[in-house]
Amino acid sequence: MKKGKTALIRRFLKGCRIMFIISILSAALTAFADMVTPQIIRAAIDNAIGGNPPDFPESVMRIVNFFGGFDYLGENLWIMALAIIVVAVVKVGFQYIFRVSNTAASETLVKNMRDSLFKHIEHLPFSWHMKNRTGDIIQRCTSDIDTIKNFVSEQLSSIFRIIILLVLSVTFMTSMNLPLTLIALIPTPVIIAYSFIFHRKIGKGFEKCDENEGKLSAIAQENLTGVRVVRAFGREKYERDRFEEHNEFYTGLWISLSKLMSRFWSVSDILAGIQIMLVLVFGAVFCVEGSMSSGEYVAFISYNSLLVWPIRQLGRMISEMSKAGVSIDRVRYIMESEPEHDRPGATEPDMSGDIVFEHVSFAYEGCPAVLNDISFTMKGGSTLGILGGTGSGKSTLIMLLDRLYDLPDNCGKITVGGVNIADIKAEHLRKNIGVVLQEPFLFSRTISENIGITRSDASLSEIRAAAKAACLDDTVSAFSKGYDTVVGERGVTLSGGQKQRAAIARILTKNSPILIFDDSLSAVDTETDEKIRASLEERFGSASIIIISHRITTLSKADKIIVLEHGKIVEQGTHEELKNLGGPYQKIFEIQSGV
Amino acid sequence: MKEISNTKKSLPFFGVGKILPFMYKYRGIMFFMVLCGLAGSVVDIALPLFQRYALDHFIGGGTLDTLPYFICLYIFAILTAGATNYIACHLAMRIEVNVNKDLRNAAFSHLQTLSLSYYNQNSVGYIHARIMSDTSRIGSLVSWTVMDCVWHLSYLIGSAGVMLAFNPRLALMVILIIPLIAVIFSFFQKKLIRVNREIREINSKITGNFNEGITGAKTIKTLVIEDKMAEHFVADTSEIRTKTVRSAHLRGMFSATMNFASSLALAVVLWRGGYIAESEVGTFSLFMSYAQGMMEPVRWLIDAVSDLITTQVNIERFSRLLETQSDVSDTAEVIEKYGDSFNPKKENWEPIRGDIEFEDVSFRYPDGDEYVLEHFNLKIPYGSSIAIVGETGAGKSTLVNLICRFFEPTSGRVLIDSKDAKERSQLWLHSAIGYVLQTPHLFSGTIRENLLYGNPGASDDDIKRALKLVSAESVTEHLEKGLESDVGEGGDLLSAGEKQLISFARAILSDPKILVLDEATASVDTITEQKLQAAINNVIKGRTSIVIAHRLSTIRNSDLILVVKNGKIVEQGKHDELMDKHGYYRALYTRQYEMEATESILE
Repeated sequence: MKKGKTALIRRFLKGCRIMFIISILSAALTAFADMVTPQIIRAAIDNAIGGNPPDFPESVMRIVNFFGGFDYLGENLWIMALAIIVVAVVKVGFQYIFRVSNTAASETLVKNMRDSLFKHIEHLPFSWHMKNRTGDIIQRCTSDIDTIKNFVSEQLSSIFRIIILLVLSVTFMTSMNLPLTLIALIPTPVIIAYSFIFHRKIGKGFEKCDENEGKLSAIAQENLTGVRVVRAFGREKYERDRFEEHNEFYTGLWISLSKLMSRFWSVSDILAGIQIMLVLVFGAVFCVEGSMSSGEYVAFISYNSLLVWPIRQLGRMISEMSKAGVSIDRVRYIMESEPEHDRPGATEPDMSGDIVFEHVSFAYEGCPAVLNDISFTMKGGSTLGILGGTGSGKSTLIMLLDRLYDLPDNCGKITVGGVNIADIKAEHLRKNIGVVLQEPFLFSRTISENIGITRSDASLSEIRAAAKAACLDDTVSAFSKGYDTVVGERGVTLSGGQKQRAAIARILTKNSPILIFDDSLSAVDTETDEKIRASLEERFGSASIIIISHRITTLSKADKIIVLEHGKIVEQGTHEELKNLGGPYQKIFEIQSGV
Repeated sequence: MKEISNTKKSLPFFGVGKILPFMYKYRGIMFFMVLCGLAGSVVDIALPLFQRYALDHFIGGGTLDTLPYFICLYIFAILTAGATNYIACHLAMRIEVNVNKDLRNAAFSHLQTLSLSYYNQNSVGYIHARIMSDTSRIGSLVSWTVMDCVWHLSYLIGSAGVMLAFNPRLALMVILIIPLIAVIFSFFQKKLIRVNREIREINSKITGNFNEGITGAKTIKTLVIEDKMAEHFVADTSEIRTKTVRSAHLRGMFSATMNFASSLALAVVLWRGGYIAESEVGTFSLFMSYAQGMMEPVRWLIDAVSDLITTQVNIERFSRLLETQSDVSDTAEVIEKYGDSFNPKKENWEPIRGDIEFEDVSFRYPDGDEYVLEHFNLKIPYGSSIAIVGETGAGKSTLVNLICRFFEPTSGRVLIDSKDAKERSQLWLHSAIGYVLQTPHLFSGTIRENLLYGNPGASDDDIKRALKLVSAESVTEHLEKGLESDVGEGGDLLSAGEKQLISFARAILSDPKILVLDEATASVDTITEQKLQAAINNVIKGRTSIVIAHRLSTIRNSDLILVVKNGKIVEQGKHDELMDKHGYYRALYTRQYEMEATESILE
């Protein structure tokens, strides 16, 4: 692993390291308990029942003698049976601790990962969000996290467990009979290598299956979303045949994969069988030769059986580790992207002063300029109207003011109350600017939660008042669940106009000294538009308001109107001044007033 | 036609009866699979006997006389096990994927026959899950779950049999542990199923949170609620952690019980059977092996039962889909004469002219309770052009839905060429319709494949002509591979305008008698719109056209304009008549004219 990866993992490990250590320790103790039972059986067969002289170490003998020695135990086998149960209790106890602590640790790790990813993503600059595809980011946050989680909670702990088990059983086996241990170990590299190579190979097969499942799924998806087209062209048969054809192909892929897998399973079964047979046969030979007792033989076989399954797993584990590495890299890409930050010494000034654009020019990365030398002054508490077509740069203007994009040096200056907005804390700036976007985004929560989302203390009456001001109260009250109606996928779908009004109500609870409406009344009719503006006037008489619109009636009351064309201000003034200027404003005014 | 949702009443025998027809086809290989599984099981049961023999004969007797036979027989046994396992696994997988395939095909082709009201009432995601995920759960039930039952049940029975044969008393004591353990297992299993469902639900919530946090980034930033969103998020991740740890407690107890049960069985063998070891260590070790090996199969069997229980939901949903009847369907006589959607009898099809008539039609949507049309009468002679206008969501698509027979009138008749539409097959009608939607729907594949969608037999010349007619040559010309260019999933590699031009050409290529343009120009830029508009004027000649209009300036020459408000037709007539009326149409028209003019000045 590279340095960045380990650093990242270490960061996520915060708060779960002890749990991980506990889980590894209890895995070790479980494995140790696993080693004891065959020894009890061996002692029972050889010494207690068989009556052979014991060759256990001093410490073990002391315990045996405490219970009356092997002869007594042979008469009272229940004591040894009880010993097995006591060991079992200890073992399953540790196993339980392992399971819980391992899950707690890996879940904490995943939680740390998800939480910091989410927080980080929220604080990444808007330009980052525009640059990266949504689907890709979401995939990194979900399936890559799952891969890492599996790696940590399943693979990593399994590898630890397997290694501990291997070391312990080989130690115990060696202590009983070294040559037989070596014989038992001969096939293991073969089994591990076979499993490793197989899983490397089958990985590609799975990828191909996944890919084709995706294709099949896409065909179904397209058919369902395009049902009108399919029907209108009468192409049901074609669609069915196409689906069946891909379905057949996909099924064929699985069948050929199944041959590979079945072969792997049975070959590794046979390999494992041969390994067991070697132990059985050579063990029997050693016993007959007299270098091993029958109790040892039985115990040896028990240890050997503990080895077989983990060895088969090991190959798979190793082959799948590389996947986790790729996923960590993909998550790292997000975590290492630079979040938004304020300039040193950024302040939180009063925001009710004049808003001034001074020679502002701006271009998006690798694109021609959107704004070209924009200069205007807007008195604090006044209303500014902006009239501009698609691509005139009006939305960019708003994004710059709200610092969704930072204005580069030498590209002019935007000030509020005389302070350059680059020197204002972004959080302070945005808290004091309420923006209603052209295409409002609502969260899949209740309507009242949506409206009061910027506040933690908004009461229902405040929320209703805001909804009333935005002409939304009647609509919402008509819903069966009223303000508790959930918006979005799992709830009610709101129309474009309703969404806009909800977004307006949301801003009204925010009480910002600067309000911006980016073409946000386009989907409501003229009457509602007027009503909303009247209630705005009433509630926010002292706020600085920027309204972007195509409707002259919406703009005409503004203290100042600027007309934008291709990133340049072509006209500015009051409605009275502009309507006789002979420019685009006048033309539009005339059209819209039906002159 | 909503799926009857009687979720309370579950199907008998976990609904297995509903999927038997799908298993019938594979009864042969299923039988063989079970046979091989049994054979493998026999070897598994026999293996401890080798150990017994080694202990009692070789070690007990101090001789290696039969060792070569022993080795040969052992190798024979493991090879047999290997071979039968190979066959059983391979067959199980084949059955799994084949049953999956058949179920998917059945679901998919049944969906092709369901009417649009089904699609209106069930989301695409929901239907999609019926085709893709329910089927795979069922497939694995009929293969692997069956296989597991065979393997583990036969192992249990076989090993119990062997034990009984050697020492009935001891055997009974060991076997007695099994039902005890089974009860405890099922207790944990039930709880686990519930916790796991909860975990899945929170998990999808977390994915939803990520989705919202990323797609809503702009709004979140402008509202400065990053930290609030994160708090909300942390609450969910805390919940999933708590739930998962709780499930780990359950799982931990589950496997602890199992391991303890193995040791318990072992202890019983030692306690009550230790005396055997004096004379026959082999038999003693045989009991040890079985006692420890019997708990795992019990667990698998419990798993199998819980699989059956959880899959019941999938079976129910799946069979409900197959049992849903289309509410627009052709009668037996019609199918007899004209064929069905998959096997049309084109030789019996009358040529279509394109006369459409609504005769006393009343209509309400199957999921709505208000009539949107009442005693509606309208004659659309062939070759005439009808425009339907109104605000978004006003219900402009209703007439189109009826003309295309996506829905059928609640009462009254829709006549095509003076004959009730129901007297001919849906496919007959659809083969004469060209349909262009507001959001053009292209299928992944090449441009050529998409163009040929409505008319697979069209020649290259036909394609060229159609493209030219709708001024869409530019789309293919600037693409490197021309007609063979891939359009991507849903046509995403093309721009909205290009997609619309292609979908328009596609409609033209099928040379329809009835052309439906459903807000076809709404999602394209002005230049494309002008191109399209010219094309529309070109192609509606000689065809009956129904245009749901986005820009009113484009439909001034229509033979009839229907104005829709709140789902009902409020005005109808020619453009000039409607303007003179000073009603709703005029208001709509004026407002739009102003906005368009404004837009054009600013550009």
